[in-house]
Amino acid sequence: MDINATLIGQAVWFGLFIWFTMKFVWPPLQRAMHERQKRIADGLAAAERGKQELERAAKRTEEILVEARHKAQELLAQADKRAAQLVEEAKNAAKAEGERQLAGAKAEIEQEVFRAKEALRTQVAALAVAGAEQILRREVDARAHADLLKQVQGQL
Amino acid sequence: MSAQGQTSTEYIVHHLTNLKVGSGFWSFHLDTLIVSGLLGLLVFGLMWRVARRASAGVPGPLQNFIEMAVNMIDTQVRDTFHGKSELITPLAITIFIWVFIMNAMDLIPVDFLPGLLGLFGVHYFKAVPTTDPNATFAMSLTVFFLMMFYNFKIKGFGGFTHEVLTAPFGKWLFPINILFRIIEDLAKPISLALRLFGNMYAGEMVFILIALLGLAQPFLALPWAIFHILIITLQAFVFMMLTIVYLAMAHESH
Repeated sequence: MDINATLIGQAVWFGLFIWFTMKFVWPPLQRAMHERQKRIADGLAAAERGKQELERAAKRTEEILVEARHKAQELLAQADKRAAQLVEEAKNAAKAEGERQLAGAKAEIEQEVFRAKEALRTQVAALAVAGAEQILRREVDARAHADLLKQVQGQL
Repeated sequence: MSAQGQTSTEYIVHHLTNLKVGSGFWSFHLDTLIVSGLLGLLVFGLMWRVARRASAGVPGPLQNFIEMAVNMIDTQVRDTFHGKSELITPLAITIFIWVFIMNAMDLIPVDFLPGLLGLFGVHYFKAVPTTDPNATFAMSLTVFFLMMFYNFKIKGFGGFTHEVLTAPFGKWLFPINILFRIIEDLAKPISLALRLFGNMYAGEMVFILIALLGLAQPFLALPWAIFHILIITLQAFVFMMLTIVYLAMAHESH
């Protein structure tokens, strides 16, 4: 072992390098590392926040969907009811109309029948008178027996 | 072998001799001073270049690597040292990086640098600064003075004296306490320096001995070099860790 002034020289180098590291190497590195650490921490926090927000949004979407489904069902039920009502109304109207037409037709038929009867009656009376006239031509005076004829005609 | 006609002993001694100028105490090991200085300028210059442009964004590969190393050291400091100090993390970084890179010179084949410089008339060259006790003692003594400085700064003169007198056996055994304290504090820098020096010196010695084996050399040098990577890193880490521990003790009262 040969200890000499090299020791002093080496101590000077050592001191210089310590000073240099303390002054120029460590602080900027430390700053950069701290800042990055902070950025990463911020990023993680933001990601966490984003996740929570997403969860909230998903929950809200679910709620809105459920609500929409309810509403749709309600609307459907209402529409069904209304449709049934409409059908019922239409049915009633049709029935009423049908009845009305039927009644009209019946009245017409009755009238027709009545008219036909009337016509028939007149014709039968005429025929009867004509027949009686033929039979009684020789011995009945139309004028003398006019009352009788009229009576017969009225009975027919 | 670097020169023909050397005996094995001459070869070994040649490789373990520093390039020296001056005489007596006022002599300098130029190889130690230049290699350690250049390596320090290189690595700390590189770190400075990266640190100057360090951004908090996505780091490049080099910045990432340096940050990883620096962060590892900072974590060690935080785990051990609970005070607040502007110095201790940069100090630990300096020690680990510098010792590591100086130790790593061991992996350059033993004849490469001396042989190359031999061509330019430089006849002695020890490429690994940490195999020079001057280098290791320079660091450990600096750490020792920092220890003393913080002992006085944090605890005050009275507090430090009180600690020296009363720990660990109480005030009635103060002569023993003082003796223990002196041994303890002297042992710290000496063990710190000699541990690193011894490990690297022995490692270098094994490389030199392997280099003497001629053709068998690659088959032994390669495994030893691979194993040595562990020692290089471990010794740098141990030096750094003990420095942190010693300074932490200087900051905390018994």
